[in-house]
Amino acid sequence: MTIVPSIQRRGVSLLPTSIRSKPGLAVAIAFLVLIVVVAASASFLPYDAYRQDLLHRNSPPSWNHILGTDELGRDMLARLAIGARVSLVVAVTSTVAAVLIGIAVGAIAGYKRGWIDSVCMRFVDSMYAFPDTLFAILIAGVVKGQLSQSSTDFFSPITALYKMSGGLFGVFLTLSFTSWLVCARIVRAEVIILRSAEYVAAARLAGASDLFVMRRHILPNCLPVIIVAATFVVPSAILLEAGLSFLGVGVDPPTPSWGAMIASGVRSMQSYPHLLITPAIAVGLTLLSINVVGDALREHFDPSFRRGGEAS
Amino acid sequence: MSELLKQIGETTNNAGARLGDTILEARDLHVIFGTGVRAVDGINLKIYRGETLGVVGESGCGKSTLGRTLCMLEAPTGGSVALNGLPISDMKGSSLREARKSLQMVFQDPYSSLDPRQRAGEIIGEPLLLAGVDKKQRQSRVNELLDLVSIGASGYAKFPREFSGGQRQRIGIARSLAANPEIIICDEPVSALDVSVQAQIVNLLVSLQRKLNLTYVFISHDLAVVRQMADRVAVMYLGRIVELADADKIFAAPRHPYTAALLSAVPRMPTSSAKRKPISLPGDPPSPMHLPPGCRFQARCWLRQKLGSPDVCSAVDPMLSGTGDHQAACHFQEHVDAQRGAQNA
Repeated sequence: MTIVPSIQRRGVSLLPTSIRSKPGLAVAIAFLVLIVVVAASASFLPYDAYRQDLLHRNSPPSWNHILGTDELGRDMLARLAIGARVSLVVAVTSTVAAVLIGIAVGAIAGYKRGWIDSVCMRFVDSMYAFPDTLFAILIAGVVKGQLSQSSTDFFSPITALYKMSGGLFGVFLTLSFTSWLVCARIVRAEVIILRSAEYVAAARLAGASDLFVMRRHILPNCLPVIIVAATFVVPSAILLEAGLSFLGVGVDPPTPSWGAMIASGVRSMQSYPHLLITPAIAVGLTLLSINVVGDALREHFDPSFRRGGEAS
Repeated sequence: MSELLKQIGETTNNAGARLGDTILEARDLHVIFGTGVRAVDGINLKIYRGETLGVVGESGCGKSTLGRTLCMLEAPTGGSVALNGLPISDMKGSSLREARKSLQMVFQDPYSSLDPRQRAGEIIGEPLLLAGVDKKQRQSRVNELLDLVSIGASGYAKFPREFSGGQRQRIGIARSLAANPEIIICDEPVSALDVSVQAQIVNLLVSLQRKLNLTYVFISHDLAVVRQMADRVAVMYLGRIVELADADKIFAAPRHPYTAALLSAVPRMPTSSAKRKPISLPGDPPSPMHLPPGCRFQARCWLRQKLGSPDVCSAVDPMLSGTGDHQAACHFQEHVDAQRGAQNA
């Protein structure tokens, strides 16, 4: 007999304990919260990200401008904050879109198998054959060219959306289009394993339809891998967005994004290194933090990692 | 028919169905996998209401595939399965789901057979949910089932990982009982458990059968367990039934050399009067993709060697034959019992 009262470690209550035992995780979460807060409050900063001050170009960090100013005298902190908003919004929305497409395609292919599976997966394979970044540049180029010029009726709402978002919409399309592939593959592989689980057989014997089995058994048990996939996709989307903007096929100037800031920082990195270092550190730390949090989430959501509450 | 059934006589089960009627019937059942493996290769089998049919054989002989095909989890590539006279092997979709409600399965692996994300109550209640039973009735029925399998209502809100292997198997059994089935296919239900727990589960199954008038197909490679449970026994070898008889007959006097070899491998108490050395079978079973002509057991058959390799063994594929309650697929089935004694004399 144990006298120690059994502590329920389930669901949400598990997070604080695991944070306490992992200081790295706490730092990563704190950093991400900071980035989100900064991005959300960017509009309230004392300096406008777009206001040029040509007398104080390229000035190093000072009390007036904590992170200095860029080549047009715009406040770097304000630009970094707006850039965070741009990068995060586009990365998260395109990840959500990519994960949804990936779940749909992967689940159908993995559950149905047969020719549906072959068709879906050969398509994914052939898309995969393109190097990610190259493919993104290709799509971005096409999307950008089409959307910024097209005047046909069909494209006009999309074009309007594109222009309104300062090119963000194009980046969103590009990122979702390249990122769903990896989700589809991961989900498919998991569904293939889960569909042969004996509890699925039991459900089918009890009269469950495919949809019931999918909703109640397969997709919930896919959740850990879907989260893992998302934690892979978000940072790669941030990176890809930065890359596209760096190459000039991402967001349109003057909208700041981390990639665009790195691109312009590179041009003067010898004389004004702070223009390159600040956005680069922001990108690096954000990616690192997301990966750390992703690892923790993966552990948390995988039932095999969890400790049984009151197993004897 | 078995002794037990004769004793019970004509007790009625649900809806006028009588004990001893054919409840499940397989006719010329074939399952050939895409790789060419003949997992089930022409099986004819009748299962009578109220009995326990034990299916034994070494791993890979197709006994699990037979079990899965009998409940249409695996589609047969040939032949038919009829449940209560309804040809479920010809059905699809919702009509199949409706027709096989009276047939459930208990699985081998108590870990993969319960969804790790669901609580015991949800797992056991799932067949009821699917049958459209409302929440309140579902809960009371689940509590009833939890008592029936000796878990108790306290297990309702626990997750599978909080239970031991034996308890998980009890939950699996409770789930299979939820929708009042008539026949349960038990696919190696105790082979993943400790020996002490095995006995508890076997006893539970036996007492449930008495209480609920269930019919069992009990698939196992453990002859001791089958001997305890089964009224009739089917011995499988390479996708075929090679011997089918009442349990006491098959254990007393097997009529297929393969069965004789299996029985000789069961450990006995050293004081047992009938001391026999195990009959060892040379080599492995032939590949189920390329079967030899004639008897599929010939290459490993000790009886054939003893009889001086008669030609008929390699020429003619023996069919099940013999009296109604004891059939074997061997050309020399009359010699088996006498020769196995002489084997080690």
